[in-house]
Amino acid sequence: MRRLMAALVLGLVLFCASGLQAQESPAKWPGIDEIVVEKFASDLGREARDPYINTDQGDLLLFLFALAGSVGGFVMGYFWHKVFVAGRRPEDTRE
Amino acid sequence: MIKAFFALSALLLALPARALAMHISEGILPPGWALLWFALALPFVALGVRQIKVQKKVDPSYLPLLGVFGAAVFVFSCFPIPVPVAGSTAHPAGTGLSAILLGPFASCVIAFISLLLQALFLAHGGLTTLGGNTLSMGVLGSFGGFFAFYLGRSLRLSLFWCGFLAGVAADLLTYFGTSLVMALALHGDQSMFSVLGQIFLAFMPTQIPLCLLEGAVTGGILVYIRRVRPDILRRLKVIREVEA
Repeated sequence: MRRLMAALVLGLVLFCASGLQAQESPAKWPGIDEIVVEKFASDLGREARDPYINTDQGDLLLFLFALAGSVGGFVMGYFWHKVFVAGRRPEDTRE
Repeated sequence: MIKAFFALSALLLALPARALAMHISEGILPPGWALLWFALALPFVALGVRQIKVQKKVDPSYLPLLGVFGAAVFVFSCFPIPVPVAGSTAHPAGTGLSAILLGPFASCVIAFISLLLQALFLAHGGLTTLGGNTLSMGVLGSFGGFFAFYLGRSLRLSLFWCGFLAGVAADLLTYFGTSLVMALALHGDQSMFSVLGQIFLAFMPTQIPLCLLEGAVTGGILVYIRRVRPDILRRLKVIREVEA
């Protein structure tokens, strides 16, 4: 089962990560909101409007995503360490 | 192997893609429908707040777990992953995992807060569509993942495959919810089921690879937790005493 799991994960990672090269080309990778949600909404007579707080201006959005990723990653790592590393006791892992 | 698994998953999250993703964008839902989805989603969020208050008194490790998986849902649900077969980007939901470990109602709270932050600061989703997005990702994603996990347990599948089922179900039901919310509000003169089917099918080329990835990540994390802290899974009643 381990082999199957490893093969599945590796296959999917390679499948998805093959998009890395395409990222470097000028071709845009549209989000699914653009090609499905907004397209269908537009076809059905509703257009998306700008967000009330529009941070999609220049590189501001990229900065905010980087910040959100850093803060989210820090919080996740901090509590992960607290629970699964510092909080680990020998008797807890007894199988 | 588990370390490699997490490293590869982290690599996927770190891909530098543009910030476009799946939530229903601002202004797409008519005001009446937007209010209805808020009214339907908010009781789940309120019950989730109650569930968190109760659980944190029962289990001291509950709040740190809430921190881990709350942040995980936020990160999972806002970082786009490119899917070459579809030529587009989308993201997993993460609510299947949080529902199993924290409870489905608490997972709705996490989804609501994540979506609110994304709508406020990341131009991702929208404030008027927050109710509809919470219903899709929070309620349908969490409960779908939760029940899929226990369906797997009742079929005596291993912990990994139960988690896998939960991840797949949470992801697909999230997108089914998005399709349903849009189809009900926007179908106009067309058949609602026809519009629902068209939207849901349009999601599939991107979401099928991603839901398999989400299933593998969910199952892998559960197996990891059983290996390093089986006491947590026992306390949260995810596994029985004899299984740990």
